[in-house]
Amino acid sequence: MSEHEQRTPVQLSTVSADDPHLQPAARRPELVEQVIAVTFFLGVVLLAGFGACYWVNAAPWTLGATLGGGTTLLGVGLIAWGKYLMPRGPFVEERHEAASSPEERSAFAAAIVERGGGVIKRRKFLGGLLGAGMGLFGVVSAFPLVRSLGPLPKGTLFHTDWAKGTYLVDITGRRVHQDDLAIGSIVTVYPEGLENSDNGQAVDQTVLIRLSNEDYTTQKGRETWGPQGYVAYSKLCTHLGCPVGLYEQELQLLVCPCHQSMFDVTNGCIPNFGPAPRPLPQLPLMFDASGYLQSQSDFNQPVGPGFWERS
Amino acid sequence: MSQTVTTKRSQRESAGPYGKIGHTLNELDDRLGVAKGGRTFLDKIFPDHWSFMLGEIALYSFVVLLVTGIFLTLYYIPSQDLTTYTGSYLPLYGQKVTEAYASSVNLSFAVRGGLLMRQMHHWSCDIFVGAIVLHMGRVFFTGAFRKPRELNWTIGTTLLILAIVNGFLGYSLPDDLVSGTGIRIAYSIILSIPLVGTYVAFFLFGGNFPGTAIIPRFFILHVLIIPLVILGLVGAHMGLLVRQKHTQFPGKGKTEKNVVGSPMYPVFMAKTTGFMFVVTGAIALLGAFAQINPIWQFGPYTASRISYAVQPDWYMGFLDGALRIFPAWSFHSFGYTIPLEVTIPAVIFPGILFNLIMVWPAIERKFTKDNALHNLLDRPSNRPKRTAAGVTVAVLCSMLFIASSTDVMANFFHVSLNTVLWSMRILCIVTPIIAYPVTYKICREMQGFAGAGKRKTTNVVSRTAEGEYLATPAPVYVDDVVHEHEHEAVAIPTFVSEPVAEDEASPSGVRRIPR
Repeated sequence: MSEHEQRTPVQLSTVSADDPHLQPAARRPELVEQVIAVTFFLGVVLLAGFGACYWVNAAPWTLGATLGGGTTLLGVGLIAWGKYLMPRGPFVEERHEAASSPEERSAFAAAIVERGGGVIKRRKFLGGLLGAGMGLFGVVSAFPLVRSLGPLPKGTLFHTDWAKGTYLVDITGRRVHQDDLAIGSIVTVYPEGLENSDNGQAVDQTVLIRLSNEDYTTQKGRETWGPQGYVAYSKLCTHLGCPVGLYEQELQLLVCPCHQSMFDVTNGCIPNFGPAPRPLPQLPLMFDASGYLQSQSDFNQPVGPGFWERS
Repeated sequence: MSQTVTTKRSQRESAGPYGKIGHTLNELDDRLGVAKGGRTFLDKIFPDHWSFMLGEIALYSFVVLLVTGIFLTLYYIPSQDLTTYTGSYLPLYGQKVTEAYASSVNLSFAVRGGLLMRQMHHWSCDIFVGAIVLHMGRVFFTGAFRKPRELNWTIGTTLLILAIVNGFLGYSLPDDLVSGTGIRIAYSIILSIPLVGTYVAFFLFGGNFPGTAIIPRFFILHVLIIPLVILGLVGAHMGLLVRQKHTQFPGKGKTEKNVVGSPMYPVFMAKTTGFMFVVTGAIALLGAFAQINPIWQFGPYTASRISYAVQPDWYMGFLDGALRIFPAWSFHSFGYTIPLEVTIPAVIFPGILFNLIMVWPAIERKFTKDNALHNLLDRPSNRPKRTAAGVTVAVLCSMLFIASSTDVMANFFHVSLNTVLWSMRILCIVTPIIAYPVTYKICREMQGFAGAGKRKTTNVVSRTAEGEYLATPAPVYVDDVVHEHEHEAVAIPTFVSEPVAEDEASPSGVRRIPR
């Protein structure tokens, strides 16, 4: 058989047992067999080592090293076996057209259109009733499947738990006194009693910063909101609701680590960099008779990221 | 009258030349009729080209995902209830954490083999999505998605989306600080959908963030619902593959009407099983030596805490990058808000992207008016427009992926964040625009290059008795030449003028290594 014929793909079902296509691809099969044997042996040894490592509870990396090494070696051996020692081919397989004959096609279409269609056309009322019933079934079954999943949003996103006279407390529940913060310091505060609740942490979280009395701009209408340089802003980034957890003291910026929005603390937390579209909502503050910080009311705006119903 | 005695010996003999196995097969065939179809299946031909292996990587990393995932479900507790961590990792000792977090840390440290399994699970997910993307690239650039395989392309794209979603759900389950931040972002992205966003978010999470039900719901989606759908679609994907048979690159003896390669049994079976072992082994080695997602270092999720320089898993990177560099364009009107700064990069952009990928076969058919069945693959350079379009999308996504590290780059290169941000904004617009014509041009150039993608001509070097060396071109097989005219693509200048008769050109005694 010429080389040309040997390289011509043949059909597997037609080759005789002595056909060169069924011979191994390797020129020296014995050598390849030895190499594969060594590979398999090492693989099995490593897999046994995996068992041993597991048995003695060795370090996690030894488990992975033995398991990974063992399976890799077995795999490499097996691939080599398939590539070098099995029938080298190439073989060919005919591809039969998927399409049926024209007669079969039209018979199929006729069965659907005429047999079924005829029945439905004759009983339009029944079909319509069944259709309407199934539609209704679909709608009503969506109620428990969808509506039970959660409450309606209603006003939830517009309000937080801050209200007139709520005391500001830190994460340990301690109220903040007017002498507590040095100028330039920052603390995360929560409404009293909610510092450990989900809503308190996720929605009400607020940063309290003490600015020096001179170097900041008070927004119009917020003259009484920041007594003695204490200003409080929602900690929820107006971009995607990450906590605005980085305070660049020198630049007087609050930075969101998620997407690097920056809010100018000295100017009403108006964003001056990044994708956040709105200033952080401000919480109006006041002192009680003994000098502890309270909120005057809720935030001036809905906190956190934008949503459809937000005006 | 001799009595028929059924002995084991007589059974064996009646089974014919194939012994016990033959007997079992006969019994099976009596009941199910497996012989004919079974033989066809064993004879199924798989093309030998390496690029067909990418889909196998995806398949086998999915197998690893299933096995390691089952292991993890045995120890993971899908609950947001608070508990006090009393495990062996001392920095967390005594802290109030969720059951989900505590069990994730415990299964890493207290369960034998647990850390390896967790790391393998995470690595195989990253590899799974990566292999799907590369496999899709192969299918796209070679035109394997064309008629009759459009449906399988759609299934594949759906699988990619499901893989990404399930990956996100999965890395959210440990309830650590980084993943919790990811869930917060996902919640805000859902909120940004106009009209229905708040409702969808409230129903998915059971209320305002963090809701009451994230972890249990994510868990059941992650371990049951989505894997079942993936499993079903993988089955359909491979069922269609067997039914429609493989595509193949044009070449010797390969036509639209056949498949050339290795048979399923035993050659492909050996190779692919071996490859499954190799993929598993590579994932195990990664799990052993490359730390991934050390949740004990991140700490438990607390809504008011955050970590610095965090990125999601790689396959979410392009979305994170898009969110970072998109300008703050919130839209307000008539008392309603569309947070375009979120909606466009995180909802509309991926929506357009995945829909475009999904319907690409239809788009291409509309433009090329090509409604023929295709089983032979294109060389990418022979389809410059498609290749250029694919490269453009790939470049855009890569740029967005890079943009998800703006802060890290600013730190690393000691440049201002502003510089990095604007560089990425410009690059994300400019590089795709440049990528198209450049790719197109390269493709056209490659078409003109004689013998591009062909095997090099072989020279047979022989020495004469006088010691003179002679290089004679090796025989060129007739089929190699014929095939070039067969393939309907842009004509490639042939590098052999005419077939040379074998006996003349091949000096006797020169041995060619059979391929």
